Amino acid sequence: MSYLPAYKLSPLGDSALLVDFGNIISRPVNDTVISLFKKIQSTPVEGMTEVVPGYSSLAVYYDVLRLRGKIEDGQTVFQFMKDKISVLLQEEFKPVADTETNMVKIPVCYEKEFATDLEWMSSQLRISTEEIIRLHTSNVYHVFMLGFLPGFAYMGEVDEKIMIPRKQQPVQVAAGSVGIAGKQTGVYPLISPGGWQIIGRTPVNMFNKNEKEPTLVKTGDSIQFYSITKDEFENIKSRHS
Amino acid sequence: MSLRILKAGILDSIQDKGRYGFQHLGINPTGVMDKYAATIANILVGNNPGDAVIEMHFPVSVFLFDQSAIIALAGADFTATINGEFIPINQPVIINKSSVLQFHFIKNKTRCYMAVKGGFKCTKWLNSYSTNLKAEAGGIEGRKLLKDDVIELIDKYDFLKILGDNDFRILPWKANESWDEINNNEIFVLPGPEWDWLDVGTQQKFLSATFDITNNSDRMGYRLSGEVLHSVKKEELISSAVCFGTIQLLPDGQLIILMADSQTTGGYPRIGTVISAHLSRLAQLKPGEKIKFSFADHPVAESLILKQQLHLLQLQNACTFRLENFILENN
Repeated sequence: MSYLPAYKLSPLGDSALLVDFGNIISRPVNDTVISLFKKIQSTPVEGMTEVVPGYSSLAVYYDVLRLRGKIEDGQTVFQFMKDKISVLLQEEFKPVADTETNMVKIPVCYEKEFATDLEWMSSQLRISTEEIIRLHTSNVYHVFMLGFLPGFAYMGEVDEKIMIPRKQQPVQVAAGSVGIAGKQTGVYPLISPGGWQIIGRTPVNMFNKNEKEPTLVKTGDSIQFYSITKDEFENIKSRHS
Repeated sequence: MSLRILKAGILDSIQDKGRYGFQHLGINPTGVMDKYAATIANILVGNNPGDAVIEMHFPVSVFLFDQSAIIALAGADFTATINGEFIPINQPVIINKSSVLQFHFIKNKTRCYMAVKGGFKCTKWLNSYSTNLKAEAGGIEGRKLLKDDVIELIDKYDFLKILGDNDFRILPWKANESWDEINNNEIFVLPGPEWDWLDVGTQQKFLSATFDITNNSDRMGYRLSGEVLHSVKKEELISSAVCFGTIQLLPDGQLIILMADSQTTGGYPRIGTVISAHLSRLAQLKPGEKIKFSFADHPVAESLILKQQLHLLQLQNACTFRLENFILENN
Protein backbone atom coordinates (compact mmCIF):
# COMPACT_ATOMS: atom_id res chain seq x y z
CA MET A 1 0.00 0.00 0.00
CA SER A 2 1.20 3.49 -0.71
CA TYR A 3 1.26 5.93 2.16
CA LEU A 4 0.00 9.47 1.56
CA PRO A 5 0.38 11.84 4.53
CA ALA A 6 -1.79 14.96 4.80
CA TYR A 7 -0.64 17.65 2.38
CA LYS A 8 -1.17 21.23 1.31
CA LEU A 9 -1.06 22.41 -2.30
CA SER A 10 0.18 25.97 -2.67
CA PRO A 11 1.52 28.11 -5.49
CA LEU A 12 5.26 28.69 -5.84
CA GLY A 13 4.76 31.67 -8.09
CA ASP A 14 2.64 31.50 -11.24
CA SER A 15 4.62 28.69 -12.88
CA ALA A 16 5.00 26.09 -10.14
CA LEU A 17 3.05 24.52 -7.34
CA LEU A 18 4.22 22.94 -4.16
CA VAL A 19 2.91 19.72 -2.64
CA ASP A 20 3.82 20.20 1.01
CA PHE A 21 3.64 17.35 3.54
CA GLY A 22 4.60 19.54 6.53
CA ASN A 23 7.82 20.94 7.90
CA ILE A 24 9.32 17.64 9.07
CA ILE A 25 12.30 15.40 8.47
CA SER A 26 10.69 11.97 8.40
CA ARG A 27 11.75 8.87 6.52
CA PRO A 28 8.21 7.63 5.72
CA VAL A 29 7.21 11.09 4.46
CA ASN A 30 10.40 11.37 2.39
CA ASP A 31 9.81 7.87 0.97
CA THR A 32 6.42 9.09 -0.23
CA VAL A 33 8.04 12.20 -1.75
CA ILE A 34 10.56 10.01 -3.59
CA SER A 35 7.87 7.59 -4.83
CA LEU A 36 5.81 10.46 -6.18
CA PHE A 37 8.89 12.10 -7.68
CA LYS A 38 9.78 8.90 -9.54
CA LYS A 39 6.22 8.41 -10.66
CA ILE A 40 5.82 11.95 -11.98
CA GLN A 41 9.23 11.85 -13.65
CA SER A 42 8.45 8.65 -15.50
CA THR A 43 4.94 9.76 -16.50
CA PRO A 44 5.08 13.57 -16.66
CA VAL A 45 1.93 15.63 -16.47
CA GLU A 46 1.33 17.54 -19.68
CA GLY A 47 2.86 21.02 -19.64
CA MET A 48 5.11 20.16 -16.71
CA THR A 49 8.72 21.34 -17.06
CA GLU A 50 10.28 19.64 -14.05
CA VAL A 51 9.69 18.23 -10.62
CA VAL A 52 11.95 18.90 -7.62
CA PRO A 53 11.78 16.85 -4.42
CA GLY A 54 12.52 18.35 -1.01
CA TYR A 55 12.61 16.62 2.41
CA SER A 56 8.85 16.63 2.70
CA SER A 57 7.69 18.48 -0.38
CA LEU A 58 7.58 18.28 -4.12
CA ALA A 59 7.68 21.28 -6.45
CA VAL A 60 6.05 20.82 -9.84
CA TYR A 61 7.09 23.44 -12.42
CA TYR A 62 4.91 24.03 -15.48
CA ASP A 63 4.71 26.17 -18.60
CA VAL A 64 1.73 28.53 -18.49
CA LEU A 65 1.93 29.34 -22.21
CA ARG A 66 1.92 25.69 -23.21
CA LEU A 67 -1.10 24.98 -21.06
CA ARG A 68 -3.12 28.07 -22.02
CA GLY A 69 -4.81 26.27 -24.88
CA LYS A 70 -5.88 23.38 -22.65
CA ILE A 71 -7.98 25.32 -20.21
CA GLU A 72 -11.55 26.49 -20.33
CA ASP A 73 -12.57 30.13 -20.27
CA GLY A 74 -12.53 31.53 -16.78
CA GLN A 75 -10.24 28.79 -15.50
CA THR A 76 -6.61 29.41 -14.58
CA VAL A 77 -3.67 27.23 -15.57
CA PHE A 78 -2.90 27.03 -11.84
CA GLN A 79 -6.32 25.53 -11.06
CA PHE A 80 -5.94 23.14 -14.00
CA MET A 81 -2.55 21.93 -12.73
CA LYS A 82 -3.77 21.81 -9.14
CA ASP A 83 -6.63 19.52 -10.18
CA LYS A 84 -4.26 17.31 -12.21
CA ILE A 85 -1.84 16.95 -9.30
CA SER A 86 -4.66 16.29 -6.81
CA VAL A 87 -5.91 13.44 -8.98
CA LEU A 88 -2.41 12.08 -9.35
CA LEU A 89 -1.88 12.13 -5.58
CA GLN A 90 -4.99 10.03 -5.06
CA GLU A 91 -3.77 7.35 -7.46
CA GLU A 92 -1.87 4.33 -6.20
CA PHE A 93 1.91 4.68 -6.42
CA LYS A 94 4.74 2.27 -5.90
CA PRO A 95 6.15 2.53 -2.36
CA VAL A 96 9.86 3.26 -2.38
CA ALA A 97 10.61 0.14 -0.30
CA ASP A 98 9.57 -1.93 -3.32
CA THR A 99 12.03 -0.26 -5.63
CA GLU A 100 15.74 -0.92 -5.64
CA THR A 101 17.96 1.51 -3.81
CA ASN A 102 21.38 2.29 -5.10
CA MET A 103 24.21 1.84 -2.56
CA VAL A 104 27.18 4.21 -2.86
CA LYS A 105 30.31 3.88 -0.72
CA ILE A 106 32.26 7.10 -0.27
CA PRO A 107 35.87 7.20 1.01
CA VAL A 108 36.64 9.94 3.53
CA CYS A 109 39.96 11.05 4.96
CA TYR A 110 39.26 12.22 8.52
CA GLU A 111 42.81 13.46 9.11
CA LYS A 112 43.41 16.77 10.83
CA GLU A 113 44.22 18.92 7.80
CA PHE A 114 40.83 18.16 6.22
CA ALA A 115 38.76 17.78 9.41
CA THR A 116 38.74 21.43 10.42
CA ASP A 117 36.00 21.08 13.07
CA LEU A 118 36.61 17.53 14.29
CA GLU A 119 38.69 18.38 17.35
CA TRP A 120 36.32 21.15 18.39
CA MET A 121 33.41 18.71 18.02
CA SER A 122 35.27 16.13 20.05
CA SER A 123 35.71 18.56 22.94
CA GLN A 124 32.13 19.87 22.66
CA LEU A 125 30.57 16.42 22.60
CA ARG A 126 33.14 14.84 24.94
CA ILE A 127 33.72 11.95 22.57
CA SER A 128 37.09 11.00 21.08
CA THR A 129 37.71 11.86 17.44
CA GLU A 130 38.15 8.11 16.78
CA GLU A 131 34.69 7.46 18.18
CA ILE A 132 33.15 10.24 16.05
CA ILE A 133 34.76 8.68 12.95
CA ARG A 134 33.60 5.21 13.98
CA LEU A 135 30.02 6.44 14.48
CA HIS A 136 30.01 8.47 11.25
CA THR A 137 31.17 5.45 9.21
CA SER A 138 28.90 2.88 10.87
CA ASN A 139 25.48 4.17 9.76
CA VAL A 140 24.04 3.68 6.30
CA TYR A 141 22.58 7.04 5.32
CA HIS A 142 19.56 7.81 3.23
CA VAL A 143 19.72 10.62 0.65
CA PHE A 144 16.61 12.69 1.43
CA MET A 145 17.14 15.20 -1.37
CA LEU A 146 19.66 17.11 -3.50
CA GLY A 147 19.81 20.88 -3.43
CA PHE A 148 21.81 23.97 -2.45
CA LEU A 149 24.69 23.16 -4.87
CA PRO A 150 24.98 20.87 -7.89
CA GLY A 151 25.29 17.37 -6.41
CA PHE A 152 24.86 18.39 -2.76
CA ALA A 153 23.03 15.53 -1.03
CA TYR A 154 21.18 15.98 2.24
CA MET A 155 21.77 12.67 4.06
CA GLY A 156 20.72 11.32 7.42
CA GLU A 157 20.36 10.53 10.05
CA VAL A 158 23.60 10.56 12.01
CA ASP A 159 23.95 8.80 15.37
CA GLU A 160 22.50 11.14 17.99
CA LYS A 161 25.85 11.10 19.88
CA ILE A 162 27.45 13.07 17.01
CA MET A 163 24.59 15.45 16.27
CA ILE A 164 25.88 19.04 16.38
CA PRO A 165 24.37 22.41 15.41
CA ARG A 166 25.63 24.23 12.36
CA LYS A 167 27.88 27.29 12.64
CA GLN A 168 26.36 30.73 13.25
CA GLN A 169 28.33 32.21 10.37
CA PRO A 170 29.15 30.28 7.19
CA VAL A 171 32.85 29.97 6.29
CA GLN A 172 34.55 29.06 3.00
CA VAL A 173 34.56 25.27 2.65
CA ALA A 174 36.74 23.21 0.27
CA ALA A 175 35.25 20.90 -2.36
CA GLY A 176 34.82 17.37 -1.01
CA SER A 177 34.39 18.51 2.61
CA VAL A 178 32.21 16.19 4.69
CA GLY A 179 30.06 17.89 7.28
CA ILE A 180 27.43 17.41 9.96
CA ALA A 181 24.53 19.75 10.78
CA GLY A 182 21.99 18.55 13.33
CA LYS A 183 21.10 15.03 12.36
CA GLN A 184 22.11 15.61 8.74
CA THR A 185 25.39 14.80 7.06
CA GLY A 186 26.59 15.76 3.59
CA VAL A 187 29.48 16.47 1.25
CA TYR A 188 30.18 19.86 -0.37
CA PRO A 189 30.67 19.05 -4.07
CA LEU A 190 32.22 22.45 -4.83
CA ILE A 191 34.10 25.14 -2.98
CA SER A 192 31.39 27.17 -1.28
CA PRO A 193 30.43 29.12 1.80
CA GLY A 194 29.02 26.59 4.25
CA GLY A 195 27.87 26.33 7.85
CA TRP A 196 28.18 22.61 8.49
CA GLN A 197 30.82 21.27 10.91
CA ILE A 198 33.58 19.76 8.79
CA ILE A 199 34.94 16.35 9.89
CA GLY A 200 36.78 15.12 6.79
CA ARG A 201 37.16 15.25 3.04
CA THR A 202 36.45 12.84 0.20
CA PRO A 203 38.79 12.60 -2.81
CA VAL A 204 35.96 11.51 -5.15
CA ASN A 205 33.96 13.97 -7.23
CA MET A 206 30.42 14.37 -5.95
CA PHE A 207 29.77 16.49 -9.04
CA ASN A 208 31.41 16.11 -12.42
CA LYS A 209 30.08 18.27 -15.21
CA ASN A 210 31.67 16.02 -17.86
CA GLU A 211 29.75 12.89 -16.86
CA LYS A 212 26.46 12.00 -18.48
CA GLU A 213 25.10 11.69 -14.95
CA PRO A 214 26.88 14.64 -13.35
CA THR A 215 26.13 13.81 -9.71
CA LEU A 216 27.59 10.82 -7.85
CA VAL A 217 24.48 10.25 -5.76
CA LYS A 218 20.78 10.75 -6.28
CA THR A 219 17.76 11.28 -4.09
CA GLY A 220 16.78 7.96 -2.51
CA ASP A 221 20.27 6.42 -2.66
CA SER A 222 21.90 4.74 0.35
CA ILE A 223 25.31 6.02 1.36
CA GLN A 224 28.06 4.65 3.55
CA PHE A 225 31.30 6.45 4.33
CA TYR A 226 34.56 4.61 4.98
CA SER A 227 37.76 5.95 6.45
CA ILE A 228 40.94 6.25 4.37
CA THR A 229 44.46 7.51 5.06
CA LYS A 230 46.05 10.61 3.60
CA ASP A 231 48.05 8.43 1.18
CA GLU A 232 44.93 6.67 -0.04
CA PHE A 233 43.26 10.06 -0.38
CA GLU A 234 46.05 11.34 -2.64
CA ASN A 235 45.99 8.10 -4.59
CA ILE A 236 42.28 8.24 -5.33
CA LYS A 237 42.44 11.98 -5.95
CA SER A 238 45.08 11.54 -8.66
CA ARG A 239 42.94 8.94 -10.38
CA HIS A 240 39.86 11.18 -10.31
CA SER A 241 41.33 14.39 -11.62
CA MET B 1 35.66 34.15 -38.19
CA SER B 2 34.51 35.40 -34.90
CA LEU B 3 33.91 37.87 -32.16
CA ARG B 4 36.96 38.68 -30.04
CA ILE B 5 37.14 40.23 -26.56
CA LEU B 6 39.72 43.03 -26.61
CA LYS B 7 39.09 44.05 -23.02
CA ALA B 8 37.05 42.22 -20.37
CA GLY B 9 33.99 43.73 -18.73
CA ILE B 10 32.87 43.21 -15.14
CA LEU B 11 30.44 40.35 -15.83
CA ASP B 12 29.51 39.41 -19.37
CA SER B 13 28.40 35.84 -19.99
CA ILE B 14 26.62 33.64 -22.50
CA GLN B 15 23.07 32.91 -21.36
CA ASP B 16 19.97 31.45 -22.96
CA LYS B 17 16.49 30.88 -21.58
CA GLY B 18 17.90 28.59 -18.87
CA ARG B 19 18.75 24.99 -18.14
CA TYR B 20 15.64 23.21 -16.96
CA GLY B 21 15.11 19.61 -15.91
CA PHE B 22 18.10 19.19 -13.58
CA GLN B 23 17.05 20.97 -10.42
CA HIS B 24 16.45 17.62 -8.70
CA LEU B 25 20.26 17.17 -8.93
CA GLY B 26 20.86 20.56 -7.34
CA ILE B 27 21.75 22.05 -10.75
CA ASN B 28 20.18 25.51 -10.92
CA PRO B 29 18.68 26.77 -14.21
CA THR B 30 20.69 30.05 -14.48
CA GLY B 31 19.83 31.74 -17.83
CA VAL B 32 19.20 35.38 -18.69
CA MET B 33 18.03 37.70 -15.92
CA ASP B 34 15.76 39.67 -18.26
CA LYS B 35 14.13 37.10 -20.52
CA TYR B 36 11.97 39.74 -22.17
CA ALA B 37 14.86 41.93 -23.32
CA ALA B 38 16.93 38.92 -24.40
CA THR B 39 13.97 37.76 -26.49
CA ILE B 40 13.69 41.17 -28.15
CA ALA B 41 17.39 41.07 -29.07
CA ASN B 42 16.96 37.59 -30.57
CA ILE B 43 13.80 38.51 -32.46
CA LEU B 44 15.47 41.58 -34.00
CA VAL B 45 18.15 39.41 -35.62
CA GLY B 46 15.77 36.60 -36.61
CA ASN B 47 16.90 34.08 -33.96
CA ASN B 48 14.61 31.91 -31.87
CA PRO B 49 13.34 33.73 -28.77
CA GLY B 50 15.20 31.55 -26.25
CA ASP B 51 18.55 31.41 -28.08
CA ALA B 52 21.88 32.24 -26.49
CA VAL B 53 22.80 35.90 -26.12
CA ILE B 54 25.60 37.74 -24.34
CA GLU B 55 24.33 39.25 -21.09
CA MET B 56 26.36 42.33 -20.27
CA HIS B 57 26.85 44.39 -17.11
CA PHE B 58 28.51 47.80 -16.98
CA PRO B 59 31.45 48.29 -17.48
CA VAL B 60 31.12 46.06 -20.52
CA SER B 61 33.75 44.20 -22.58
CA VAL B 62 35.13 45.68 -25.79
CA PHE B 63 34.30 43.45 -28.76
CA LEU B 64 36.12 43.17 -32.08
CA PHE B 65 34.14 41.65 -34.94
CA ASP B 66 36.44 39.71 -37.30
CA GLN B 67 33.55 39.25 -39.70
CA SER B 68 30.43 41.14 -40.60
CA ALA B 69 27.25 40.19 -38.75
CA ILE B 70 23.74 41.30 -37.91
CA ILE B 71 23.52 42.19 -34.23
CA ALA B 72 20.94 43.73 -31.91
CA LEU B 73 21.13 45.18 -28.41
CA ALA B 74 18.21 45.26 -26.00
CA GLY B 75 17.51 45.83 -22.31
CA ALA B 76 19.79 48.42 -20.71
CA ASP B 77 21.12 51.27 -22.83
CA PHE B 78 24.85 51.48 -22.18
CA THR B 79 25.46 53.90 -25.09
CA ALA B 80 27.09 51.56 -27.56
CA THR B 81 29.39 52.69 -30.35
CA ILE B 82 30.83 50.99 -33.40
CA ASN B 83 34.23 52.48 -34.19
CA GLY B 84 33.23 55.51 -32.15
CA GLU B 85 29.82 56.17 -33.67
CA PHE B 86 26.68 55.66 -31.60
CA ILE B 87 24.22 52.90 -32.38
CA PRO B 88 20.76 52.52 -30.85
CA ILE B 89 19.32 49.63 -28.84
CA ASN B 90 16.19 47.78 -29.98
CA GLN B 91 17.22 48.02 -33.62
CA PRO B 92 19.10 45.53 -35.82
CA VAL B 93 22.53 46.72 -36.92
CA ILE B 94 24.82 45.27 -39.57
CA ILE B 95 28.36 45.56 -38.34
CA ASN B 96 31.26 45.39 -40.77
CA LYS B 97 34.27 43.15 -40.28
CA SER B 98 37.21 44.58 -38.31
CA SER B 99 34.89 46.86 -36.34
CA VAL B 100 34.98 47.52 -32.60
CA LEU B 101 31.82 47.54 -30.48
CA GLN B 102 32.11 49.20 -27.10
CA PHE B 103 29.93 50.77 -24.42
CA HIS B 104 30.45 54.11 -22.69
CA PHE B 105 28.06 54.97 -19.89
CA ILE B 106 24.81 53.81 -18.34
CA LYS B 107 21.86 55.67 -19.80
CA ASN B 108 19.34 53.42 -18.06
CA LYS B 109 18.78 49.97 -16.55
CA THR B 110 21.25 47.26 -15.50
CA ARG B 111 21.65 44.48 -18.04
CA CYS B 112 22.12 44.75 -21.80
CA TYR B 113 21.70 41.81 -24.18
CA MET B 114 23.48 41.28 -27.47
CA ALA B 115 22.13 38.81 -30.00
CA VAL B 116 24.01 37.92 -33.18
CA LYS B 117 22.11 36.47 -36.11
CA GLY B 118 22.69 32.69 -36.28
CA GLY B 119 24.15 32.56 -32.80
CA PHE B 120 27.46 31.59 -31.23
CA LYS B 121 29.42 28.40 -31.72
CA CYS B 122 29.77 27.01 -28.22
CA THR B 123 28.96 23.66 -26.65
CA LYS B 124 25.76 22.94 -24.86
CA TRP B 125 25.92 21.58 -21.34
CA LEU B 126 22.80 19.64 -20.31
CA ASN B 127 20.76 21.06 -23.19
CA SER B 128 21.59 24.69 -22.56
CA TYR B 129 24.22 27.29 -23.45
CA SER B 130 23.73 29.19 -20.20
CA THR B 131 26.83 29.85 -18.14
CA ASN B 132 26.57 28.30 -14.68
CA LEU B 133 29.27 30.22 -12.82
CA LYS B 134 29.10 28.03 -9.71
CA ALA B 135 29.27 24.71 -11.59
CA GLU B 136 31.84 26.26 -13.97
CA ALA B 137 29.92 24.78 -16.89
CA GLY B 138 28.06 26.01 -19.97
CA GLY B 139 28.78 29.10 -22.06
CA ILE B 140 32.50 29.79 -22.51
CA GLU B 141 34.25 27.37 -20.12
CA GLY B 142 31.59 28.04 -17.50
CA ARG B 143 32.88 31.51 -16.74
CA LYS B 144 32.43 35.16 -17.58
CA LEU B 145 34.05 36.45 -20.76
CA LEU B 146 37.73 37.31 -20.49
CA LYS B 147 40.21 39.28 -22.57
CA ASP B 148 41.28 37.37 -25.71
CA ASP B 149 38.27 35.06 -25.69
CA VAL B 150 37.21 34.25 -29.22
CA ILE B 151 33.58 33.36 -29.82
CA GLU B 152 32.97 31.77 -33.21
CA LEU B 153 29.83 32.83 -35.03
CA ILE B 154 27.73 30.22 -36.80
CA ASP B 155 26.36 32.24 -39.72
CA LYS B 156 28.64 33.73 -42.35
CA TYR B 157 27.40 36.75 -44.22
CA ASP B 158 28.98 39.00 -46.71
CA PHE B 159 27.28 42.38 -46.61
CA LEU B 160 29.75 43.99 -49.00
CA LYS B 161 26.98 45.32 -51.23
CA ILE B 162 25.09 46.98 -48.39
CA LEU B 163 28.00 48.15 -46.32
CA GLY B 164 30.51 49.25 -48.89
CA ASP B 165 33.12 51.17 -46.93
CA ASN B 166 30.80 51.86 -44.01
CA ASP B 167 31.56 50.41 -40.59
CA PHE B 168 27.91 49.61 -39.95
CA ARG B 169 24.39 50.15 -41.09
CA ILE B 170 21.39 50.57 -38.79
CA LEU B 171 18.35 48.83 -40.23
CA PRO B 172 15.27 51.03 -40.36
CA TRP B 173 12.91 49.24 -37.98
CA LYS B 174 12.74 49.37 -34.22
CA ALA B 175 11.25 47.13 -31.55
CA ASN B 176 8.76 48.81 -29.28
CA GLU B 177 9.75 47.44 -25.90
CA SER B 178 6.78 48.60 -23.86
CA TRP B 179 4.05 46.02 -23.41
CA ASP B 180 2.40 47.24 -20.23
CA GLU B 181 1.45 50.35 -18.29
CA ILE B 182 4.53 50.24 -16.16
CA ASN B 183 5.13 51.60 -12.73
CA ASN B 184 8.73 50.56 -12.31
CA ASN B 185 8.62 50.35 -8.56
CA GLU B 186 5.53 48.23 -8.13
CA ILE B 187 6.23 44.51 -8.23
CA PHE B 188 3.36 42.04 -8.25
CA VAL B 189 3.69 38.95 -6.07
CA LEU B 190 1.73 35.84 -5.24
CA PRO B 191 1.70 34.71 -1.60
CA GLY B 192 4.37 32.08 -0.90
CA PRO B 193 4.01 28.74 0.90
CA GLU B 194 5.05 30.33 4.24
CA TRP B 195 2.98 33.53 3.88
CA ASP B 196 0.98 32.48 6.93
CA TRP B 197 4.17 32.38 9.01
CA LEU B 198 3.63 36.15 9.24
CA ASP B 199 0.92 37.63 11.43
CA VAL B 200 -1.62 40.00 9.90
CA GLY B 201 0.23 43.12 11.03
CA THR B 202 3.49 41.92 9.46
CA GLN B 203 1.69 40.90 6.28
CA GLN B 204 0.33 44.45 6.03
CA LYS B 205 3.81 45.89 6.61
CA PHE B 206 5.14 43.74 3.75
CA LEU B 207 2.49 45.11 1.41
CA SER B 208 2.61 48.76 2.48
CA ALA B 209 6.33 49.43 3.02
CA THR B 210 8.87 50.28 0.35
CA PHE B 211 12.13 48.34 0.27
CA ASP B 212 15.56 49.40 -0.98
CA ILE B 213 17.60 47.18 -3.25
CA THR B 214 20.97 47.04 -1.48
CA ASN B 215 24.48 46.83 -2.96
CA ASN B 216 24.46 43.20 -1.96
CA SER B 217 22.48 42.30 -5.09
CA ASP B 218 23.57 40.23 -8.06
CA ARG B 219 22.48 37.43 -10.39
CA MET B 220 21.94 35.18 -7.38
CA GLY B 221 19.61 37.44 -5.48
CA TYR B 222 18.65 40.98 -4.44
CA ARG B 223 19.10 41.72 -0.75
CA LEU B 224 16.53 44.30 0.32
CA SER B 225 16.56 46.63 3.28
CA GLY B 226 13.51 48.12 4.88
CA GLU B 227 11.01 47.37 7.64
CA VAL B 228 12.14 44.47 9.81
CA LEU B 229 9.64 41.64 9.45
CA HIS B 230 9.35 38.73 11.83
CA SER B 231 7.89 35.31 11.45
CA VAL B 232 5.50 34.17 14.17
CA LYS B 233 6.77 30.62 13.72
CA LYS B 234 10.14 30.17 15.33
CA GLU B 235 10.86 26.79 13.76
CA GLU B 236 13.50 26.33 11.09
CA LEU B 237 12.22 25.57 7.60
CA ILE B 238 13.66 22.35 6.25
CA SER B 239 15.01 22.58 2.72
CA SER B 240 12.42 22.87 -0.03
CA ALA B 241 12.24 24.23 -3.58
CA VAL B 242 12.85 27.89 -4.37
CA CYS B 243 12.90 29.62 -7.76
CA PHE B 244 13.65 32.83 -9.66
CA GLY B 245 11.37 35.34 -7.95
CA THR B 246 11.05 33.65 -4.56
CA ILE B 247 11.04 36.21 -1.72
CA GLN B 248 12.64 34.76 1.39
CA LEU B 249 12.55 36.17 4.92
CA LEU B 250 16.05 36.02 6.40
CA PRO B 251 16.75 35.48 10.11
CA ASP B 252 17.60 39.18 10.56
CA GLY B 253 14.10 40.18 9.44
CA GLN B 254 15.18 41.43 6.01
CA LEU B 255 14.15 40.09 2.61
CA ILE B 256 16.00 38.57 -0.31
CA ILE B 257 14.50 38.08 -3.77
CA LEU B 258 16.12 35.10 -5.47
CA MET B 259 17.16 35.77 -9.07
CA ALA B 260 18.35 33.75 -12.09
CA ASP B 261 21.39 32.15 -10.39
CA SER B 262 19.57 31.19 -7.20
CA GLN B 263 19.96 27.81 -5.55
CA THR B 264 17.40 25.10 -6.31
CA THR B 265 16.30 24.72 -2.69
CA GLY B 266 16.46 26.86 0.42
CA GLY B 267 15.68 26.86 4.10
CA TYR B 268 14.17 30.31 4.75
CA PRO B 269 10.44 31.06 4.79
CA ARG B 270 9.13 31.83 1.29
CA ILE B 271 6.68 34.60 1.93
CA GLY B 272 5.98 35.44 -1.70
CA THR B 273 6.98 34.94 -5.31
CA VAL B 274 7.31 37.70 -7.91
CA ILE B 275 5.03 37.01 -10.88
CA SER B 276 6.85 35.88 -14.06
CA ALA B 277 5.81 38.92 -16.09
CA HIS B 278 7.48 41.27 -13.59
CA LEU B 279 10.82 39.42 -13.33
CA SER B 280 12.21 41.25 -16.35
CA ARG B 281 11.47 44.61 -14.81
CA LEU B 282 13.01 43.53 -11.53
CA ALA B 283 16.10 42.29 -13.36
CA GLN B 284 16.69 45.81 -14.71
CA LEU B 285 16.52 47.58 -11.33
CA LYS B 286 19.75 48.48 -9.59
CA PRO B 287 21.04 48.94 -6.05
CA GLY B 288 19.61 52.06 -4.47
CA GLU B 289 16.26 51.79 -6.24
CA LYS B 290 13.10 51.25 -4.22
CA ILE B 291 10.41 48.68 -4.77
CA LYS B 292 6.96 48.09 -3.40
CA PHE B 293 5.12 44.79 -3.41
CA SER B 294 1.46 44.36 -4.36
CA PHE B 295 -0.51 41.18 -4.40
CA ALA B 296 -1.71 39.71 -7.65
CA ASP B 297 -3.81 36.60 -8.12
CA HIS B 298 -3.43 33.81 -10.66
CA PRO B 299 -5.84 35.28 -13.24
CA VAL B 300 -3.79 38.50 -13.25
CA ALA B 301 -0.38 36.78 -13.21
CA GLU B 302 -1.32 34.45 -16.05
CA SER B 303 -2.96 37.15 -18.17
CA LEU B 304 0.20 39.27 -17.87
CA ILE B 305 2.35 36.34 -19.05
CA LEU B 306 0.03 36.07 -22.04
CA LYS B 307 -0.02 39.81 -22.71
CA GLN B 308 3.78 39.95 -22.68
CA GLN B 309 3.96 36.93 -24.97
CA LEU B 310 1.46 38.40 -27.46
CA HIS B 311 3.51 41.57 -27.68
CA LEU B 312 6.63 39.49 -28.41
CA LEU B 313 4.82 37.39 -31.02
CA GLN B 314 3.64 40.48 -32.87
CA LEU B 315 7.14 41.86 -32.74
CA GLN B 316 8.55 38.58 -33.98
CA ASN B 317 6.18 38.43 -36.95
CA ALA B 318 6.96 41.97 -37.99
CA CYS B 319 10.73 41.69 -37.55
CA THR B 320 11.08 38.30 -39.22
CA PHE B 321 9.23 39.54 -42.28
CA ARG B 322 11.30 42.68 -42.64
CA LEU B 323 14.62 40.98 -41.99
CA GLU B 324 13.96 38.14 -44.45
CA ASN B 325 13.04 40.60 -47.16
CA PHE B 326 16.06 42.71 -46.45
CA ILE B 327 18.44 39.75 -46.68
CA LEU B 328 16.78 38.50 -49.89
CA GLU B 329 17.16 41.87 -51.53
CA ASN B 330 20.69 42.53 -50.42
CA ASN B 331 22.66 39.33 -50.24
